[in-house]
Amino acid sequence: MDELLVPLLSTLGATLRVATPLILCAMAGLVSERSGVIDIGLEGKMLAAAFSAAAMAAVSGSAWAGLGAGILTAVMLSGVHGFACITHKGDQVVSGVAINILVSGLTIVLGMAWFQRGGQTPQLPPEARFMPVWLGHNLMVYFALGLVPLVAWVLGGTRFGLRLRAVGENPQAVDTAGISVEGLRYRAVLIGGVLTGIAGTYLAIAQNAGFSRDMSAGQGYIALAAMIFGKWRPWPTLGACLMFGLLDAVAIRLQGVAIAGIGEVPVQLVQALPYALTVILLAGFIGKAVAPRAIGVPYVKDRT
Amino acid sequence: MSARPAGLPRWVDVGLIPACNVALALGVAGLIVLAIGESPWRAIRIMVTGALGQGEAIGYTLYYATNYVFTGLAVAVAFHAGLFNIGGEGQAYIGGLGVGLAMLALDRLLPGWLLAPIGLALAALFGAAWAAIPAWLQAYRGSHIVITTIMFNFLAAALIVYLMVNVLIAPGSMAAESREFAPAARLPMMHEVLGMVGIKVGHTPLNLSIVIAVAAGIGVWLFLWHTPLGYELRAVGHSERAAVYAGIRSRRVVVASLCLSGALAGLAGLNEILGVHHRLFLNFVAGAGFTGIAVALMGRNHPIGVGLAALLFGALQQGGAELAFEIPSITREMVVVIQGLVILFSGALAYWLRPSFERLFARGSG
Repeated sequence: MDELLVPLLSTLGATLRVATPLILCAMAGLVSERSGVIDIGLEGKMLAAAFSAAAMAAVSGSAWAGLGAGILTAVMLSGVHGFACITHKGDQVVSGVAINILVSGLTIVLGMAWFQRGGQTPQLPPEARFMPVWLGHNLMVYFALGLVPLVAWVLGGTRFGLRLRAVGENPQAVDTAGISVEGLRYRAVLIGGVLTGIAGTYLAIAQNAGFSRDMSAGQGYIALAAMIFGKWRPWPTLGACLMFGLLDAVAIRLQGVAIAGIGEVPVQLVQALPYALTVILLAGFIGKAVAPRAIGVPYVKDRT
Repeated sequence: MSARPAGLPRWVDVGLIPACNVALALGVAGLIVLAIGESPWRAIRIMVTGALGQGEAIGYTLYYATNYVFTGLAVAVAFHAGLFNIGGEGQAYIGGLGVGLAMLALDRLLPGWLLAPIGLALAALFGAAWAAIPAWLQAYRGSHIVITTIMFNFLAAALIVYLMVNVLIAPGSMAAESREFAPAARLPMMHEVLGMVGIKVGHTPLNLSIVIAVAAGIGVWLFLWHTPLGYELRAVGHSERAAVYAGIRSRRVVVASLCLSGALAGLAGLNEILGVHHRLFLNFVAGAGFTGIAVALMGRNHPIGVGLAALLFGALQQGGAELAFEIPSITREMVVVIQGLVILFSGALAYWLRPSFERLFARGSG
């Protein structure tokens, strides 16, 4: 019994650990995109937050200061995204790509200049990290799990959520009602900043004991995929995050193991599955993912 | 991509504003250098001499620029059709895989003058094929090209890691590299070509691909502005509904433009595999696909602009290497930072300065 149960439980635990940054990022993207602003920059914001959090935690010795720095960094980048796309009607995809590329270089440049460790930050002692508090998981894992019902409730059950959804579907209507489209979109984008900041902090000072270059390793894009897979809705998105997390946990377990009847499954195949599944979903072969209607379109107030 | 608004002279719109955007990007990069505690002026001097100071440096600059011409043209062609192809990285990777597979199969059977065109064709074909699936999905199933091409970048990386580690790895090799191609399977180096006509230049990775890159630039210009399909492509980019109303079969145009885009990106793989390294290995594209986005945005999607921007980024890449050597506290990734800033200021914030200039010139003329 135990030989079956122990690996099962450890795989489930690993799934939750891997899925946590995905959930945080996917919820960030969901809030932003439901307001009509595409967020390709999840990856970059998470990576920037990871670097800031690790650097701050290394300098101050406090995990909470690290969290603050991580959130602040990601929120600032969200502000840049908002300034370019909401205020100046710039292309949202281009802005997100810019953030991703900028951060992938800047974290290494600053890391090398400040810490001289090949782009890494110093190893953090346990008191400068978020350590497990209950059942082997740290605070942020539980925060991520609690976030999903919160987002579902805010979007579905509050006035702010209703307006947010409306601004992503039909901004003219919201504008006509005398509510600021730009204000709502800024709030959504900044909420996304806070959540990606927490995700990056989790990567650097909870899951790991410091920053290493490119440590987000495409998880921001997987979160984006999970959000699309969940059709821009909180609970299905959580399901997709857990599924992708499980795939990752299984991929690690499957390394070099032969399965009866199939033989050895290439790790790359399992790693590629989230991307392949998302493409298949987008092709409309597994249900249809319909994006918010006004997504990607800057709102220009008609003054005539 | 954007119509010229009334009230701005053409030289301001295509010259001054883009130059200001690039200057802003470089200014912010200078501030970052300052924050690291180094002198931006010294950094710029090292980069300029490092990129252009001597013949070999220029050779390296042009070699990097070759890749960026291909990937920049790839992004530009798609932009003209109103599509954002983020998949240049993966398409170049798969294009290089196509060259490599062909060479590993044929390099001992065919002479060099036959292998080079086969390599060229397969780089373009594989790149186009990798773009064709997202293209078809965009045109016929309505999936968003940005998301699918991102996913295809990751799929390309996973596929090549699998092939390199399990299938193509040279026997007895520790690194995930294929065997080296036979001597016939390589593009002539430029120092050899120029040596034949009596011009002596230093040994650099610069190879015949740069001639192909220039030809591709001219070809794209002819195609976009002097052929019916090029016209249809730009019409779809301006307004798909109007194009359809005018009888253009927009779905075919979307697929064709993205395949062309992928083929161009695939040629960057030709430069790396058949031109320089003569073997397959991991990560040989090294971000050139993403640099292509910055190149296209900065070059305003025109082949001449793309060529100039590619030269600038080639110089940055080469100068950045020298910079990292001279000032160890500034790493090569500074170039990536500058790319990101250029995409931000020339792309996402492209309209930021326009109102100020419009006001300035309205006052000047009025």
